[in-house]
Amino acid sequence: MLTDEQRLIRDTAREFARRRLAPGARARERAGLIEPEIRAELGELGFLGMTIDPEMGGAGADYVSYALALMELAWGDGAVSTMVSVHNAPYLAILDRYASPEQKRRWLEPAARGEWIGCFALTEAHAGSDAGALRTRAERRGNGYVINGAKQFISSARIGGATILFAVTDPAAGKKGISAFHVMNDAPGFVVAKVEEKMGQKASDTCALAFDDMEATPDHLIGAEGQGYAIALSSLETGRIGIAAQSVGMAQAAFDHALAYAREREAFGRPIFEHQAVQFRLADMETQIEAARQLVLNAARMKDAGLPCLREAAMAKLFASQMAERVCSDAIQTLGGYGYLADHPVEKIYRDVRVCQIYEGTSDIQKLIIARQMAG
Amino acid sequence: MDFALSDEQQAIFDMAREFGAERIAPHAAEWERQGTIPRELLREAGRLGFGGVYVSEDVGGTGLGRLDATLIFEALAMACPSVASFISIHNMCARMIDAYASDEMRRKWLPGICALETVASYCLTEPGSGSDAAALRTRAERTPEGWKLNGTKAFISGGGYSDVYLVMSRTGEEGPRGISCILVPSDAPGLSFGAQERKMGWKAQPTAQVQMDDCLVPAENLLGEEGKGFKYAMAGLDGGRLNIAAAALGGAQACLDKALAYMGERKAFGRTLDQFQALQFRLADMETELQAARVFLRQAAWKLDQGAPDATRHCAMAKRFVTDVAFRVANEALQLHGGYGYLEDYGIEKIVRDLRVHQILEGTNEIMRVIVARALLAERG
Repeated sequence: MLTDEQRLIRDTAREFARRRLAPGARARERAGLIEPEIRAELGELGFLGMTIDPEMGGAGADYVSYALALMELAWGDGAVSTMVSVHNAPYLAILDRYASPEQKRRWLEPAARGEWIGCFALTEAHAGSDAGALRTRAERRGNGYVINGAKQFISSARIGGATILFAVTDPAAGKKGISAFHVMNDAPGFVVAKVEEKMGQKASDTCALAFDDMEATPDHLIGAEGQGYAIALSSLETGRIGIAAQSVGMAQAAFDHALAYAREREAFGRPIFEHQAVQFRLADMETQIEAARQLVLNAARMKDAGLPCLREAAMAKLFASQMAERVCSDAIQTLGGYGYLADHPVEKIYRDVRVCQIYEGTSDIQKLIIARQMAG
Repeated sequence: MDFALSDEQQAIFDMAREFGAERIAPHAAEWERQGTIPRELLREAGRLGFGGVYVSEDVGGTGLGRLDATLIFEALAMACPSVASFISIHNMCARMIDAYASDEMRRKWLPGICALETVASYCLTEPGSGSDAAALRTRAERTPEGWKLNGTKAFISGGGYSDVYLVMSRTGEEGPRGISCILVPSDAPGLSFGAQERKMGWKAQPTAQVQMDDCLVPAENLLGEEGKGFKYAMAGLDGGRLNIAAAALGGAQACLDKALAYMGERKAFGRTLDQFQALQFRLADMETELQAARVFLRQAAWKLDQGAPDATRHCAMAKRFVTDVAFRVANEALQLHGGYGYLEDYGIEKIVRDLRVHQILEGTNEIMRVIVARALLAERG
């Protein structure tokens, strides 16, 4: 079912995840940081510009390959897969689609080569699922803009190099008054106000940002003024395929650990795998993972074919993220007390995967999207 | 049939809840980071009678029943499930000594234990035997100097922290009838502890391996009769399971309360979250399931208080059902908080991490099913 190229990309990601990501995942979590070497290697392998044209510094892969690669990277470390996912889409996807040729040369090319990690700053403290309620303001001053406000839950902002930032340019115009800006994270006025402490994905930094009279020139504007909301939504499809793929990868990792343990561990005189209740649970887990994988690949294939796949991406994200929590929880249960200890990977995977039902649109938002499509 | 709590029971619940809210909840996050519970807090709990809730009064116990105990642990867990559960495991040990030890042993140890001056740990599980506990390999030999123990116990709540350890040890044949319960004080020669385990939740309570290497304790430290240790250990677990379920219930209730408050404040699409039907229905399900769990738990506790013949099965069913419901409700509360639920600041993700282990310990929920299925099949004949 896969082309040679898709298989090659998957296998490359798998080998890298097993050799470089999984062994250091705990240390990375404790340090709260993805090492620069890992970022560099991801860039060299092309994972930081996957679907971008090779002429623009990317790997020129299709979305199926992208989904497969994210599954494999997430197998090794969910936190790394989040960084890769957000960087590819929304960040690069927006530049690829909306940036001018000059902007592409300045930002898309180096970012697609992996020279920096990109961020996406839409969510605010009072506007999460409801992205239309933004308050961050970009006021025209002279020939440029002055940006003030705050953003919440911004992935990779501490280690990142650049951010696509959404701000209100015309308060009277509602959603049509939002614009997208590309800013560098070391710009004066760009403040990482807080690095959040969270349940999982601790190696992938999640930040609260503050903008204090940050200046932007018109060439920082991505697309037209007022086009921001449409730009923000445009990339969410790919973003959701990415989160769904990560969910599948983490679930697969938890399942693999649970299966290995079930074959090894004995209770009542035989390996616990030979207890039917354990076996049947593993059968359910594998079935669920496979179903989610097919939903993800289906959405990716539609995207490759240029078909609209908002509904399919939402369904894949909803199903895969919920499936993944269940499977990871079942993996913990299969390992019993050991599953609860930090010595085994499954407790970390569970904490890491929990957020897949929350970021890039909560499960409720996915349901809203699916329901709206029915309404026609 | 009367489902109401008596005035006394309500007063007990309120007292425990107040103690938790004032003395535990404000420090729960800090103790989680430190990985320990201050001994002074335990002594305070002891002064309120929480150290020997269902131990006889002649040795300093509080003399309450199992149903009363579930009220206390539910109320304490509203502040922190990890601290509440730690105290509950101590109580399980206290009860085993009260029920099965000689009068001399009771008088020697229980006054300190009930006051929570002396903290007790329960040691059954080993690295190679969890669910299959009767396969344990820790050995205790009779020697002229007393009992000599060799072996390792795993996942011991209070390991390296407690003052006495009730160690289920093999003194005879293979299987459950060759096991005895021996009290090992923390200063016994040959006793040592593994590193503190790093775990998903329950971080406030120290957990470590307990290692015995020619560990010597006096002959009089045998609890009850030789060869009956497994029976005592299992009897302890009936009440222990009720308490673990009660603590899960309290944690889940705290999460539901937080979600309810949050949904009245948080706005999306121009309305507060509590105005969305889909979210209201989730709240309704959470409340319904928690109430069902609470009634079921209290019935099981009542059966244990009555000495009902099917008490063990009911304790197992209640543990399975209540801990599953409680985890689901807490996790649902996290989801209702969106991204904030995933942050440490809001305290919800901690409770979710804490409650996950309630489905695993004091017998995994799979073992609960084994107990229930066996009872059903045996009854059918």
